[in-house]
Amino acid sequence: MKKFHPVIKVKGFATKHSIKLSEKTLAKKEAADNFLTDLADVMLFITRIIRETFSPNFEFKEFFRQCFQIGYKSLPLISITGSIMGLVLTIQSRPVLVNFGAVTLLPGMVAVSLIREMGPVITALICAGKIGSGMGAELGSMKVTEQIDAMEVSSTNPMRFLVVTRVLAATLMIPLLILYADALGILGSWAGANLKGDVSFVLFFNQAFSHVHFMDLFPAVIKSFFFGAVIGVVGCYKGYNAGRGTESVGVAANSAVVLASLLVIIVDMIAVQITDMLI
Amino acid sequence: MMNTDQIKSNEPVIEINGLKKSFGQQEVLINVSLKLFNGENIAVLGKSGIGKSVLIQCIVGLLTPDDGAIIVFDKNVASLNRKELGELRQKIGFLFQSGALYDSMTVKQNLEFPLRRIKKNLTENEIEEKVNEVLENVGLADALNKMPSQLSGGMRKRISLARTIVVDPMIMLYDEPTTGLDPVTSDEISSLIIEVQKKYKTSSIIITHDIKCARNTANRIIMLSEGEVYKEGKVADFNNSTDPLIESFFK
Ligand SMILES: Nc1ncnc2c1ncn2[C@@H]1O[C@H](COP(=O)(O)OP(=O)(O)OP(=O)(O)O)[C@@H](O)[C@H]1O
Ligand SMILES: [Mg+2]
Repeated sequence: MKKFHPVIKVKGFATKHSIKLSEKTLAKKEAADNFLTDLADVMLFITRIIRETFSPNFEFKEFFRQCFQIGYKSLPLISITGSIMGLVLTIQSRPVLVNFGAVTLLPGMVAVSLIREMGPVITALICAGKIGSGMGAELGSMKVTEQIDAMEVSSTNPMRFLVVTRVLAATLMIPLLILYADALGILGSWAGANLKGDVSFVLFFNQAFSHVHFMDLFPAVIKSFFFGAVIGVVGCYKGYNAGRGTESVGVAANSAVVLASLLVIIVDMIAVQITDMLI
Repeated sequence: MMNTDQIKSNEPVIEINGLKKSFGQQEVLINVSLKLFNGENIAVLGKSGIGKSVLIQCIVGLLTPDDGAIIVFDKNVASLNRKELGELRQKIGFLFQSGALYDSMTVKQNLEFPLRRIKKNLTENEIEEKVNEVLENVGLADALNKMPSQLSGGMRKRISLARTIVVDPMIMLYDEPTTGLDPVTSDEISSLIIEVQKKYKTSSIIITHDIKCARNTANRIIMLSEGEVYKEGKVADFNNSTDPLIESFFK
């Protein structure tokens, strides 16, 4: 009898240990699986959006309503942030340029940095906050209160009616908002230049645009479309896949903003790399 | 389009065989079989959380069963593609337990939404007439231009019922049509359900906890328990039953 004791002990130890190990591996495996299924889910979502976009019966009315919601309703916010962006950038850069005796470069420098980087990225981040969270919350609450199911049973494809219209409207409207922010930024910059000095409107704009080239504007416009698409897709994805309780509406809105902002920055980095290689 | 007149009254419009549905570890429906015959109203009873809503969501394809067959108008729901499913859903009215009114639309737009999408050949006048008619039916003609957030819980329920019947479906699935309503309105809704059955020759499944409503509206009652059909029969069979579970509902 005594002889069996250590065997049992070792066996017990081994089992306990292996259970611990397998639990750990399982958790890791599950996390990896979750990430992969999430990624696959997003890919599937994007494929569905693309397929539904090109199917007949496009929901024009809802699309125009969304363009109005996303574009027009964001104008006040973008006007304020855009013009302050230009104003602040001018005030901050002025002393440095004065030191170098290059103050005549001020309009050109501000215009180029607004058009290339500040305008698109800051406007996109603001839109991620306003539009991304709005979509997440709206679709999330429609999901939780079964409104999406109700659409589905009244022969309306909610993917086409709700998601495609919103994603397309964001993809189209956000670049326009960005161009608008650029323009107001330059206007704000002119105001900033006039705080300490006297530059005529015409002279300022001539100086500004003599430094802006096609290859400053073109890549910025292209990346703006991607910002718009990212914000639309993330907002809709998070809202459309919200859970079942009311708290998931908040989660959807919040995670939409976080993910959309993060992706805007990442897309920007990639876009800058590509532009840099091309020029 | 197919008409219910063409189906004999002893033929089933919905036939469910061995339906099984679970969510993760939780087995909700284990083995449910039932038939809904043409022109008939059946009431489905059962404790809260037993899977009544899940059952009718499976019928319209909002949830996919794990096993078993659901045949609606001789079509197997699981085998339909998106377009065919859409066509089938046009013949089925679904009253959501929560109402599911579109918050961003007025009552009028809520009612017009399914009407414009399912009955595409109606003129503007006909749409307006139809909307007013169903609103009269549920006794809320003056709510036309209100937003859902301005309505009381019972009013939302009735508007949502109006939105379901506005397209004259051939099968109606009511998920707790009278829950949360006062006795007078409950009775009105019950008579409305019978009226819809007679006028449009619909067949209905009525999920309810309200025994009075079940007695008034149903030709047959089905009781669910533990994921299966516990008892099925006429109202009288249930009234006289001495089974404790059934008694707790009917006494
Ligand atoms: N989409 C879903 N995902 C996960 N679980 C679900 C889902 N739908 C329903 N359930 C679960 O299935 C069970 C049955 O839900 P169901 O809504 O059908 O109950 P019910 O019989 O309609 O109850 P009640 O009378 O309260 O409405 C519940 O435990 C619920 O948590
Ligand atoms: Mg229910």
